[in-house]
Amino acid sequence: MGNIFPRWLNLLPVQALIGLGGIGTLAIAVIWYSFTPKYTRVGYQPQQPIPFDHALHVGQNGMDCRYCHSHVENSSHSNIPNAQVCWNCHGPGKVKSDSPKLEPLRQAMDPNYEKYTGQPIQWVQIHETPDYAYFNHSAHVNRGVSCVECHGKVNEMEVVSHEKPLSMSFCLDCHRNVESHLRPLDQITNLDWSAHGMDEKDREAFYAYVADKAGKPVAEVKAGHEGKEWSQEAMGAYLKDLWKVNPPQDCAACHR
Amino acid sequence: MPTGTTDQGVHPSEAPGVAREPLVLNNRSFSWITERICGIVENRQPLGWWFLFIPSAILAGCLIFTLVYLVSTGVGIWGMNHPVAWGWDIVNFVFWIGIGHAGTLISAILFLTRQKWRTSVNRASEAMTLFAVMCAGIFPGFHVGRFWMVWFLAPVPNSNAIWQNFKSPLLWDVFAVSTYFTVSVIFWYIGLIPDLATLRDRARTKFRKLAYGFFALGWRGGNRQWQHYEMAYLLLAALSTPLVLSVHSVVSFDFATSVVPGWHTTIFPPYFVAGAIFGGFAMVLTLMLPCRLIYGLQDLITMKHIDNMAKIILLTGTIVGYAYIMELFISYYSANKYETDAFHLRILSGPYTWAYYCMFFCNVIAPQVFWFEKARKNLWIVFIIANFVNAGMWFERFVIIPTSVSVDFLPGQWGLYSPTWVEKLMFAGSFGLFMSLFLIFLRFLPVIAIAEVKGVLPQADPHYHDWKKLREGRRSK
Repeated sequence: MGNIFPRWLNLLPVQALIGLGGIGTLAIAVIWYSFTPKYTRVGYQPQQPIPFDHALHVGQNGMDCRYCHSHVENSSHSNIPNAQVCWNCHGPGKVKSDSPKLEPLRQAMDPNYEKYTGQPIQWVQIHETPDYAYFNHSAHVNRGVSCVECHGKVNEMEVVSHEKPLSMSFCLDCHRNVESHLRPLDQITNLDWSAHGMDEKDREAFYAYVADKAGKPVAEVKAGHEGKEWSQEAMGAYLKDLWKVNPPQDCAACHR
Repeated sequence: MPTGTTDQGVHPSEAPGVAREPLVLNNRSFSWITERICGIVENRQPLGWWFLFIPSAILAGCLIFTLVYLVSTGVGIWGMNHPVAWGWDIVNFVFWIGIGHAGTLISAILFLTRQKWRTSVNRASEAMTLFAVMCAGIFPGFHVGRFWMVWFLAPVPNSNAIWQNFKSPLLWDVFAVSTYFTVSVIFWYIGLIPDLATLRDRARTKFRKLAYGFFALGWRGGNRQWQHYEMAYLLLAALSTPLVLSVHSVVSFDFATSVVPGWHTTIFPPYFVAGAIFGGFAMVLTLMLPCRLIYGLQDLITMKHIDNMAKIILLTGTIVGYAYIMELFISYYSANKYETDAFHLRILSGPYTWAYYCMFFCNVIAPQVFWFEKARKNLWIVFIIANFVNAGMWFERFVIIPTSVSVDFLPGQWGLYSPTWVEKLMFAGSFGLFMSLFLIFLRFLPVIAIAEVKGVLPQADPHYHDWKKLREGRRSK
């Protein structure tokens, strides 16, 4: 049997190498990006039974996060409010009580409503920590980590979406570099706060707070800082030192 | 090769008492070698092949079944628990990795040291190496519990911000074994190219021609090709040589760098390497003795080859025996309570003492019969001793791995280990996979390196001109 390979096949190894190299690079690029929470989670924006508008309630009306998510400071779990909390304002004869958008609320709360079921509103969970990762809300918000660090600027969202990846490296980036993320405790739920944006009044409040914590006179705490603009890093480093924040980085911190 | 003549005017290779035993018997010709070796691939397989292949394939199927069962259920179906977390799976891993070492020793070290007898056994032992490493890789891969997470072992930037612990010998192990496998595959394949071209040129069907032609990479056997080929082969041999020593040393670090009495031993790296070569040669003999009979390769794999391998087994087995005794001596000499207790339990009153004596008999005492030439020339004895060594090397890993952790520092941490049927079936299944792969190799690829064997024939090195000139010079005097 003679030669059965045609001449053009001589180029095949080169073509195959280039082709496989291209496919390999593409596959790596696709996996690198799209197999991560940056791709799989960020942007998740499910439709909720009631189109609750955070931008309206928090951004315009100035409600605090903790009015509804009331356990966040005391519990590892930050609760979704029960229907009673909504009912406080949207009950009969109160704000927009007969809006058709609030029908699931009336079903849950109003015994006089013909479609009354008494069942809770079926809110759709957006941010979910996997079962194998332990996360404690109270540990974070009581040590200067604001809601905004993980949930983004919810006060500007008409419909809440998953803004941060919440991947393991997202957690570790903060645990390894905590200075960039700490703020005074009275600013935890102020999602628009920034260290640069503090005016003289804010700074006075901050020094008073620090003095109270440290049990020292305000003047002593203020000494050397008068009129100083704080950067996030300086503030974070200061608070880290003050609170002795030492975020764990071992596996068992979260994978218990 | 020395040239010239003896006083009688006889070519040195023919002189009685001076001549070495020829590497190919019965003065076989080039074409006989090609026909005989290619014939294995081109003709129907003998009945013996099917008798071995069918049960092997069934066992390999059992391995797949147990792996599916393991992944779908979890590692709880294995008998391991606190305190013995390394059971038969790691025993089998070290066992198979060890077997691989003879292939590299034969192909690389014997090549660099110009041991020409390697040519008729190197192809099969390299194949054996690859299949043994494949079997080995299965066990730690599934031992991690979630097989699909094995990629965590690779240092790839990822969204979990996990980075490997480069201080851990378990990670070195991953690199050592994967390097070993890669280099072995490349070395084996480079060696195959001229023979694949031979099979391509002899092919009678279009499919065979295409398949062998594809893998022969357009080999034509020109001078320039041979020149590049031999340089590539030499470089790869040099690259593989350190691996013979490094891979099993790194495997031994998995144990030696820990603090467990019975593992924490500085003698481990050389002891493991000697044991690996020992076990590997035993497996080569186990495979090649039936193979040479079934396919009629006695002229190529001669008694000389078997004799050499038996001597290597005797040497390495004795090194291993020295290591066993030295371990005992050091534990006594250390005067360390935990160390002495561990070895006391190992050799006198422990629950696994029987395994220690199985190991000692199979690995140290049994091979001593190879001191006698008669034993080395009796194929039954060689085959039986080789299988003693196979079993003994498995027992060695069993004695080291689970028994050391079953009793360590605190009585509260003591506990016995016994395997479940799943582990037993997996071990049997790994033999099935190994044998199936080896038999498929026999079926489709030349079991002996045709081109290399031809190179060690006397015809390939004739000294024709020198010899004639010298004889004529003598006559004219």
